[in-house]
Amino acid sequence: METGTGRERTVIDVIPRALHDALGLIVGLDASLLEIVALSLEVSLSAVAIATVLALPSGAAIAVMQFRGRRVIVVLLNALMGLPPVVVGLIVYLLLSRAGPLGSLGLLFTPAAMVIAQTILILPIIAALTRQTVEDAWREYQEQLHSLGARGFTAALTLVWDIRFSLITAVLAGLGRASAEVGAVMIVGGNIAGVTRVMTTAIALETSKGDLALALGLGLILLTLVLLLNAGAYALKEMAQHRYG
Amino acid sequence: MRAPTSILPLRLAEVSFVVGGRAIIDRLSFRIEPGSRTIVLGPNGAGKSVLLRLCHGLLEPTSGRLEWADRERPGRRRQAMVFQRPVLLRRSALANVVYGLKLAGVPRAERVRAARAALDSVGLAALAGRSARVLSAGEQQRLALARAWAMRPEVMFLDEPTASLDPSARAEVERIIQAIHDAGTKVVMVTHNLGQARRLGDEIVLLHQGRLVERAPVDRFFTRPASAEAEAFLKGELPWT
Repeated sequence: METGTGRERTVIDVIPRALHDALGLIVGLDASLLEIVALSLEVSLSAVAIATVLALPSGAAIAVMQFRGRRVIVVLLNALMGLPPVVVGLIVYLLLSRAGPLGSLGLLFTPAAMVIAQTILILPIIAALTRQTVEDAWREYQEQLHSLGARGFTAALTLVWDIRFSLITAVLAGLGRASAEVGAVMIVGGNIAGVTRVMTTAIALETSKGDLALALGLGLILLTLVLLLNAGAYALKEMAQHRYG
Repeated sequence: MRAPTSILPLRLAEVSFVVGGRAIIDRLSFRIEPGSRTIVLGPNGAGKSVLLRLCHGLLEPTSGRLEWADRERPGRRRQAMVFQRPVLLRRSALANVVYGLKLAGVPRAERVRAARAALDSVGLAALAGRSARVLSAGEQQRLALARAWAMRPEVMFLDEPTASLDPSARAEVERIIQAIHDAGTKVVMVTHNLGQARRLGDEIVLLHQGRLVERAPVDRFFTRPASAEAEAFLKGELPWT
């Protein structure tokens, strides 16, 4: 579509064109575009779900429990928030590749492998933010809960439930990271069309191929999704603040 | 429902609470008897709040012993504490009281009825369905009192319950504390407000630098203080530590 115009294209010419085509793809509900968006959501939401189930209790436990090596774990967890996606991708690749320890599972270059990689990537983020949030709240609640007779697990459960709306922020940070990263899913998924191609890997590929319309279209959708998610979470928190104080 | 034997008196024997080499509570020995209302006074840093927390079991003494008369069941539900700033859960006023009753082991079927009765006694019946965190400071403190009182404790510890309230809310809280006393619960209260100590107290315990310096009936404490510290305290001359 972009060829044969006969004149040298500049960025100024290309962007409006690509934008126009991108909107066309979105409005026309282009099949391959929808497929990519659906897989992206499936992979990232699965990773967030798994990571949340693991990270919320462990983050809360680290916040309220006293044990040897706690400081080391807290520092480690905070450091792991900045884990480079490509490194996670590489490690998961090594684990899942045919010669690797988990090679027999045959998961490499499947959406499952991508979920595993993203889970590892965002688990420390959700756990570290949960730890911080719960620890701050614990300082406020501890005496009162002990006074009422809530100890250990009961106290932790009460606390987490009471600050559930603040914890949404932690989960959302994980979702943001998962849906925006390229490196991990590219390495373990392989960006195979129709199988493991997600928004970020598609954008990277289409950009390098020069198909700016698809890349830009996906970019717009990605931005919109992130914006909607954050707006939704913000509205929920506002509502909760208003309702529960 | 109440156990036949009282948990009082509470006996403190040479109780100390030392943090970083500094004794917040310094070899304190006395008994908290049932009945009369005990007011704990003292300048800032005297160890009043720490004393309440030691009695309530939130802190462990670093040395010395603290013994309830009934040693069999030193459970939480027989003594309660209300803090200067209550922490209320993000749920309705009624649900906050129900939560306390649940922890106290009250059977599910009785909780809501008991909670409503407790809210009624602090004048919050109309706000039962309101979220606790959006109540005013005075209403929040009354709710905290209802939550503690609903468990029908034998002893209620109060740590400056009116310190962050305006005068009308303070009067309301004082009325409730009086009612708690009238209902037969032992009241042990820390306050900075001498007028309140006079209004609500039967006996005064004066702490200074972690030591008990005077213990006397209210009238005598304010008219004829026996110790130099009490005299200085009443004149507002005790140095803050």
